[in-house]
Amino acid sequence: MSILHMSRAVYEAIRAHGEETYPNECCGALLGHSTEEGWRVEAAVKAGNTRTDSAHNRYHIAPLELVKIERDARREGLGIAGFYHSHPDHPAQWSLTDLSEAHWLGCSYVITAVAKGTAVVTNSFMLAGASEEDKRFELETILVDNQPVVVDPG
Amino acid sequence: MIIYIPTPLRVYAGAKDSVEVDAPTVALALEALTETHPELRKHLFTSEGKVRAFVNLYLNDEDVRYLPAKEATAVATGDTLSIIPSIAGGD
Repeated sequence: MSILHMSRAVYEAIRAHGEETYPNECCGALLGHSTEEGWRVEAAVKAGNTRTDSAHNRYHIAPLELVKIERDARREGLGIAGFYHSHPDHPAQWSLTDLSEAHWLGCSYVITAVAKGTAVVTNSFMLAGASEEDKRFELETILVDNQPVVVDPG
Repeated sequence: MIIYIPTPLRVYAGAKDSVEVDAPTVALALEALTETHPELRKHLFTSEGKVRAFVNLYLNDEDVRYLPAKEATAVATGDTLSIIPSIAGGD
């Protein structure tokens, strides 16, 4: 199982974003460095959710916003480690929609369940596989300040 | 011009985050990129040779899909081409 490292500040920022946008989904990018065991996230960057037609259960980040996020990250010597979003009143498990629309192989997809406005479980899934045809999500361990957080396998 | 490679595709581009190519159009820049790094081809193009639907191409800050000449758009030495797979999902 791969490991996703992040600081307490980043972890809390991701969860707070989910509470902030409730009952809609939040989304953003995770910036960091690749290590042998997984990604070490240095920063989380909020992004806008363009799915205003169905923001309570869908998210989409405008590609141009991502181009700019990546450009800024590169200047800081960071790469896109993955993405995060929230599931309002829904478990912190990946959905078929999440999988079919995930294309960043080797990156982490962090999902926070927000129940009645409060962030509860946060899980991370690495998009494994060598191509679109065999991609799959694998649960990974989140270490916050090098300490494990409780993971709900569903 | 410089082509920026997204994180998941760097493994197929010699671990580089950018590749410099000399080409007159977006399409030929991609052709030059995949000639140098052939393993990128299947990740960027369908078997029919079209750019995969989830692969966004940005010439500087412009979505290539919406440029009048699309992939035939001329490029200059100082231009950048960003390859950005789409990000979406939901419960």
